[in-house]
Amino acid sequence: MTTETIPLQPVPMTKADLVTDQAVRWCPGCGDYAILATMQKVLPECGIPRENVVFVSGIGCSSRFPYYMNTYGIHSIHGRAPTLATGLKLANPDLTVFVITGDGDGLSIGGNHLIHTLRRNVDLNIILFNNRIYGLTKGQYSPTSLPGHKTKSSPMGSVEQGFNPLSVALAAEATFVARSIDVHTKHLGEVIKRAVEHKGTSFVEVFQNCNIFNDGAWEDVANAKTRAEHTLELVHGQPMIFGAARDKGIRLNGFQPEVVNVADVPADALLTHDERAQVSYHYLISRMTLPEYPVPLGVLRSVDKPVYEHQVIQQGRDAAAKMGPGSLEDLVASNESWVVSARNGLH
Amino acid sequence: MSDPHAPNGAAASAVAEAPAVGAPNVDEVESVIIRFAGDSGDGMQLTGTQFTNTAAVVGNDISTMPDFPAEIRAPAGTLAGVSGFQVHFSSLDILTPGDAAQVLVAMNPAALKSALSELVPGGTIIVNTDEFNASNLKKAAYATNPLEDGSLKGYKIHPVPLTRLNRDALKDIEGLTTKDMDRSKNLFALGLSFWIYDRPLDNTLHWIEEKFGKKPAIFEANRRALMAGYHFGETTEAFQRRFHIPPANLAAGQYRKITGNEAVAIGLVAAAVLADKSLVYCSYPITPASDILHSLAALKNYDVRTFQAEDEIAAMGAAIGAAFGGAFAVTGTSGPGLALKSEAMNLALVLELPMVIVDVQRGGPSTGSPTKTEQSDLLQAMFGRNGESPLPILAPATPGECFDITVLAFRLAARIMSPVVVLSDGYLANSAEPWRIPDVGAMAPIQIGHPTAIGLNGTGYLPFARDAETMARPWALPGTPGLEHRIGGLSKEPGTGNVSYDPTHTQQMNDERRAKVAGLADYLPEQDVYGPESGDLLVLGWGGTFGALRQAVIQANAQGRSVAHAHVRYLNPFPRNLAAVLGRYKQVLVPELNGGQLALLIQGRFLKPVIQLEKLQGQPFRISEIRAKIDEILG
Ligand code: SF4
Repeated sequence: MTTETIPLQPVPMTKADLVTDQAVRWCPGCGDYAILATMQKVLPECGIPRENVVFVSGIGCSSRFPYYMNTYGIHSIHGRAPTLATGLKLANPDLTVFVITGDGDGLSIGGNHLIHTLRRNVDLNIILFNNRIYGLTKGQYSPTSLPGHKTKSSPMGSVEQGFNPLSVALAAEATFVARSIDVHTKHLGEVIKRAVEHKGTSFVEVFQNCNIFNDGAWEDVANAKTRAEHTLELVHGQPMIFGAARDKGIRLNGFQPEVVNVADVPADALLTHDERAQVSYHYLISRMTLPEYPVPLGVLRSVDKPVYEHQVIQQGRDAAAKMGPGSLEDLVASNESWVVSARNGLH
Repeated sequence: MSDPHAPNGAAASAVAEAPAVGAPNVDEVESVIIRFAGDSGDGMQLTGTQFTNTAAVVGNDISTMPDFPAEIRAPAGTLAGVSGFQVHFSSLDILTPGDAAQVLVAMNPAALKSALSELVPGGTIIVNTDEFNASNLKKAAYATNPLEDGSLKGYKIHPVPLTRLNRDALKDIEGLTTKDMDRSKNLFALGLSFWIYDRPLDNTLHWIEEKFGKKPAIFEANRRALMAGYHFGETTEAFQRRFHIPPANLAAGQYRKITGNEAVAIGLVAAAVLADKSLVYCSYPITPASDILHSLAALKNYDVRTFQAEDEIAAMGAAIGAAFGGAFAVTGTSGPGLALKSEAMNLALVLELPMVIVDVQRGGPSTGSPTKTEQSDLLQAMFGRNGESPLPILAPATPGECFDITVLAFRLAARIMSPVVVLSDGYLANSAEPWRIPDVGAMAPIQIGHPTAIGLNGTGYLPFARDAETMARPWALPGTPGLEHRIGGLSKEPGTGNVSYDPTHTQQMNDERRAKVAGLADYLPEQDVYGPESGDLLVLGWGGTFGALRQAVIQANAQGRSVAHAHVRYLNPFPRNLAAVLGRYKQVLVPELNGGQLALLIQGRFLKPVIQLEKLQGQPFRISEIRAKIDEILG
């Protein structure tokens, strides 16, 4: 006789398995929908059972993300998601952990945690939704807003210089740095998969459209009609060529990248993308932006370095190998102890 | 003039002249309080610690109080740079480092000046005369040399040209600079103190060997300095009397010396072992809590994972993440750090994850007095967060008790799935006392169950379903198939934990969180009382003031007064019988190293008027201060 039990064998995961019963509450037309759909599509392709996946977020529109992923998840507090994710990995390094953040959450209130997480190289996937605005608080300029941006808190235009998230991540010597666009879902999916594969902190900036408070912020690069002219899709080991007709390329002139016509220069004059190069090279690439340069997309940097939590745990193993696994008796004992007998005598 | 070696307090000195031939008399005394004071660079903490270790090993009861400046190295010779270490060692059961020292070892004019107020009238001063030059006198703001101007009349002065004697003893050691030699002069002072108090040298000699065995010149310098100090006592005529303090009558068992911070560290590890969990300790360096981090970083063979965070908030956040991942998660800090953690503590509270938050309180407000003690974070721990934010709060009374309270904290955290706050303080953290090593085999394991999908019976997992007895929610760990769930800081629906702003849901979740903390009162022991079961006066305290309060009450009762003492370990929830205890006394005195925080809670909760005794000087209570208040109340 058999009794019915809950199947515990991992069954192949599909997109439907990752959808929760919670109504998605982003504004209709928000770029977040495309990112969510892409995540739900590519995660099953990564071969990780959903019970081993955790999404941790902070506060902001993007940070509602974990509620819509049928994995483990924590919707935490503003800016602190990387700290929770770090502790989580220290407790259980086998989990695949995503940090979902935004330009305000990750670069303003949580800027400190972001750079320190990157520098430590905790094995996390940080996806930063950059919409250059505070959406959830209804439209104030953010740390990635452009100078002059008129918002509710900057009616005469922002007088602040914005961050370039990739440059920030590279300054912290992140081991994996990439960029994609919400609506460029195929590209985004590939970048996410690469981020998951990478051991160490993967930092992915996603250009995300907030159609309510900053509509069209990424129009130049997101619009499929103009995208080929305005972006440079980086491919490791390939020359940097872009344009609808693939007629333009990037070469170095001294320390300065410059856009050239491919036809005008010898083939080997063009820069070849190298994900494993010096961080200063990746920094140089990260600085390229419109109107002078195409906007680089894809994986800028991917290098292997020791993973933080693996090292912490390894130190414990080394200590146990050297000193033996500790016992409670040894713990409370001391080199300098003494015995008092019942009759006040010393031994 | 009274004998400066008589114990200060009511108990009479039991002095017995020991017969001696050709040597100074060795007098037997019950207790001595000695204070070592010098420049921060003079190694006074080390001297005091070595003296304490030896006293402990020969069986005295001990209580110590380091007193050092917040500045790492204030300008040499100045008052700001004075570092002190007070040791009370006794053949009796003692509870505090003593109100005032009987003996002062002063290494320079600044040390003499700043420590003189800590010395009993007529006390003994052993002073390094070599440092009393014009420049050092000026730095200590002495207009004239106190050793010569008669201002120390009434004290028993032992002038010792200590720097020179030490250099002489070390002069033929190869490869030593004068600076190197002077660096060991604290061991000369220690050696001399060992001679005066009839202590064996082997404990410190062993330590010197361990510490400097690989550096022959430094090893020899320290060894010789110690011996030279000892022999100086033996051969000079200056010291006509020696003193012997017999072993104390402690309960039978194996003992070690322990400070509060050490006890917290090993208590945390013990709790993790008892729960069969990894310990993840997340902390940002802060005085006076950093030693917990240091101790734990050296215990990695116990599967301790330490995380030195980028800031206090990150330390708290990481603890939450580690708790979600199934570890025993802990953060340690002091008052300013607790303030920074408050938002994340609230997240931990609404996520209902078990962890321990250790606050080693220091002098506030703001940066305050980092190396001084206070008990002024009670209300911060209780109320210092937005919204209704009930957390269990525990407070150890003695350094050794920090161990038990820390283990208990995790037991409670796991029992009701909540962060638990432990309030230590700067005094407990750095003070040492003999600690009877517990029988670890007798400690109950901390039982923790993590659900699996098997128990679901086809229904969905409810992350906020509650245990009927404890009201704890289940602790399902990521990695468990079938229990995938999301939790967050937004208001939630009971049971499912889904985001909900429904008024009844919000009320119910608030009620449940409050009730589960309040329910711990049924699990925790009742409040015990020392002294008469009812009567005129109850002294009610909490935390590190235990020794001073208990000693004052013992003395008051010895003088025929009827005074009781209750020391509260469980501050939230209060012991279930506390209202009844309070009701049995006509008056209640609440001495606190704050502006009356427990007093406010007691009056608010129990509508019982209390008499406050506050102290905000960065220093522990003196026994005499409590006694004076008791006398004032009882007339
Ligand atoms: S406010 Fe903007 S970012 Fe937020 S959900 Fe609406 S469209 Fe998306």
